[in-house]
Amino acid sequence: MIRFLLLFSRQGKLRLQKWFTAISEREKKKIIRDLTTMVLARQPRSCNFLHWRDLKIIYKRYASLYFCLAIENQENELIALEVIHRYVELLDIYFGNVCELDIIFNFEKAYFILDEFLIGGEVQETSKQMVNRSIEASDMLQETMEEYMSKPAF
Amino acid sequence: MSPSVQLQEMIRAIRSARTQCEERSVIQRECAAIRAQFRQADNGGRSHNLAKLLYVHMLGYPAHFGQMECVRMIASPRYSEKRVGYLGAMMLLDEKQDASLLITNSIKNDLSHSNQFVQSLALCTLACMGSAEMCRDLAPEIDRLLRASNSYIKKKAALCAVHIVRKVHELGELFVPAARSLLSEKNHGVLHGAVVLIIELCEQNPETLEHFRKTVPDLVQIMKGLVLSGYSPEHDVAGISDPFLQVRILRLLRILGRKNEGASDAMNDLLAQVATNTDSTKTVGNAVLYETVLTVLDIKSESGLRVLAVNILGRFLLNNDRNIRYIAMTSLQKIVGTDHNAVQRHRGTIVDCLKDQDASVKRRALELSLALVSASNVRSMMKELLLFLSSCPAELRAHATSGIFNAAERYAPSQRWHIDTMLHVLITAGGDVRDETVPNLIQLITIASELHCYTVHKLYRALIADISQQSLVQVACWCIGEYGDLLLRGDCQEAEPVQVTEDDALDALETVLHSHMSSPATRGFALTATMKLSTRITDNVDRIRSIVSIYGSCIDVELQQRAVEYNALFKKYDHMRAAVLERMPVIEKNSPGHTNGESTGEATQDAPRAKLKQGELLLPPQQPANQVCNLLDLLGDSEETLQPSPAFGGAAPGPSVNTTSTAGGDLLDLLGGLALTPLAPAPVAPPVPVYDKSGVTLTVSCEKQSATGLTVTLTASNATDADISSFTLQAAVPKSVQLHMKAPSGDALPARGSAKVTQLVVLNNPNKVNLKMRVRVSYTRLGSAFQDTVQIDSFPGLDAAGQ
Repeated sequence: MIRFLLLFSRQGKLRLQKWFTAISEREKKKIIRDLTTMVLARQPRSCNFLHWRDLKIIYKRYASLYFCLAIENQENELIALEVIHRYVELLDIYFGNVCELDIIFNFEKAYFILDEFLIGGEVQETSKQMVNRSIEASDMLQETMEEYMSKPAF
Repeated sequence: MSPSVQLQEMIRAIRSARTQCEERSVIQRECAAIRAQFRQADNGGRSHNLAKLLYVHMLGYPAHFGQMECVRMIASPRYSEKRVGYLGAMMLLDEKQDASLLITNSIKNDLSHSNQFVQSLALCTLACMGSAEMCRDLAPEIDRLLRASNSYIKKKAALCAVHIVRKVHELGELFVPAARSLLSEKNHGVLHGAVVLIIELCEQNPETLEHFRKTVPDLVQIMKGLVLSGYSPEHDVAGISDPFLQVRILRLLRILGRKNEGASDAMNDLLAQVATNTDSTKTVGNAVLYETVLTVLDIKSESGLRVLAVNILGRFLLNNDRNIRYIAMTSLQKIVGTDHNAVQRHRGTIVDCLKDQDASVKRRALELSLALVSASNVRSMMKELLLFLSSCPAELRAHATSGIFNAAERYAPSQRWHIDTMLHVLITAGGDVRDETVPNLIQLITIASELHCYTVHKLYRALIADISQQSLVQVACWCIGEYGDLLLRGDCQEAEPVQVTEDDALDALETVLHSHMSSPATRGFALTATMKLSTRITDNVDRIRSIVSIYGSCIDVELQQRAVEYNALFKKYDHMRAAVLERMPVIEKNSPGHTNGESTGEATQDAPRAKLKQGELLLPPQQPANQVCNLLDLLGDSEETLQPSPAFGGAAPGPSVNTTSTAGGDLLDLLGGLALTPLAPAPVAPPVPVYDKSGVTLTVSCEKQSATGLTVTLTASNATDADISSFTLQAAVPKSVQLHMKAPSGDALPARGSAKVTQLVVLNNPNKVNLKMRVRVSYTRLGSAFQDTVQIDSFPGLDAAGQ
């Protein structure tokens, strides 16, 4: 099971956080601080796996973003790397050549995509096309509903 | 996509803030606006406001006032609002918040919504943050969705069920039939969810595992389909068809085949096929191979398959990719116990990985190398490990040193090699060794008596080179103190001769004493060592006296006490100095679980403890380990149940010896007449001899006073030609027995048995446990102290149960 997923920039600013277990706010902040420091301190060509408390941390750097996954001890690390890669691919297809700014300005969409890919810390759909179709359909739903409602006053 | 303009404007504003202060003011403004909006009636912009709040929350600012808004949004009929509302719920409302219960009803309604995307929102949220109550509430709904819905919902419901089972184990039984039927689905998403659910159910409940073992043929079929099928565009990743599903199925097979011959046989062919057919050029392929190897090694596979698996790991070890090497070593670590020889073949590569740049790889290589040390390769492995230690990253040092010590202890080819290795470790990484290393090393040195000269020379040289490593300094000081005469004699054959004068040795010890780098414990070592040298050297006794007297006014209480006692030893008890400071006896090896004292002050305590172990010889040899602990319990009790009998032994020299003998004398005077009276009632059974050594005999006789009370009389006599003085007895009994020792009749045993010493011990055994007593005999004869222990298991006049 994936315990949590973090995305942060090279400067240590958090861009996305998804927690699959119940943890207090203080504990979350502490974990984020610890992991950010640990991962950012790693050498460029080092191993992508870390040991932290009783979990395995899998991290991968894509351009200016670090994708960090915490899995339980009996999980397969190499497949976790593939999970990260699959999520990046999904973001890429949705935003078209995704960059960090896309994730910053459309963070809620990044979450929606993540929720179509992972549920309760496990992969729910192994086919890229299926995930894409679901997201597009939900977006259409949002559009349709808003069309029929009166336009919000900005 | 509708652009959330307001949200993006806010984000832009926050990002353009140049200082932390500016950012905080922007955010405070926005939060105030959001709060105002929340209080207003429903307007179209609610979802944007909540989205803004969630962004602020992600930056780390408090957002708890958005919790109720989330609850309201979830209940809204609009999809866009529901979407953001559920997102907010997952971010702000975890099960620790009270407001989370309020959304249970909304989730329940949405689970039966006509629109599948609304259903999926509810399922996702429940699986992410559902508390135990919510799970219990909604489990039947999830079960219904597992059976009768489209595959989009089924796959989500399956993972939701996984979460429910994790939270509330008892509900697992509810999902077993549905999970079974899901295995016949064609949709990969549903299959994946079903396999995860079955894994969770099997791990929770062994009966369910038995039930699902029947599915092994189906799973094998599905895997075969995946492995042998041609290219499928939907699920292909770099040539592997749906690696996520493959890995999951392999994991389930592992759980089902563990410890079960039948199931393992059924999957043998499949595993061989996967292992050989999977393309290992990309990470995906290696992921599947890795999982296959883990499965093969965990089930009862045939030997050919195991060899195949270990070979795959061997190939991984040679892979250029660091990640692959890392996981290869992790897996080899798991099997090093069972397939030791197979792993030994790759020892060379593993030792090379010690020199890798990456810290994670180094850690794995260290653990694996330590596990691979054996009697045959210990010298070469230790060379590599010591080399590694000198360039080791700080976080691995403690682990490395303790691992090296363990390996050295188990496989040392010679004592000299062992001592050399331990010294090398102390010199390289003395700051990171564990606390019990110092007493362990000291004990090792005392055992290797022929190497004392060599050891002390080596330690002396290390000491003058560097006094910052506390453990090394402590051991060196102890040795110089103890074997100072050997050091000064300088005629050691093994090392190059170096002339060490008395001044040099004292200089070294003084440097340690005065240095600010020395810890108080180290100073204690140095002071005691200086004192010991006073009997080993001839010329510089005055220098020692002056050093010791300076420390008589030291701020540190421990040092001051020692210095004052040593001073007293010089002044009043000079005649006893030689006896007190003579060579220590060889410290016996204690059981590994027994923690030794921290400093040599305890070493003298260890000698009697070790002697007590000899009492074990009286017990039948098949005593299991927990019996040993019981005996140590007895020992632990003896310290508390010591009654008026004055205690001998302990670390304090000179002065306390005198006080005990005078106290004994007083007791003798006061009770000389009275002591005879306890002897008056004739013992019921004749006295039984329990101890006879070096001419001292001890006999015991018992008399029952009541149902649980017992009086034991211990009588001692001396058959040797020399008088014995300061004769004391201490006794220890099992925990539930109460002990009261009366004053002895005296503490002097004149020679040739002309008088005896009797002591009465009153015991109360309310729990009627098996009565045993351990007695420690201590006395002084011809100027030297003796101590011995005897265990009394059966008391005359009592039956075997001690009644």
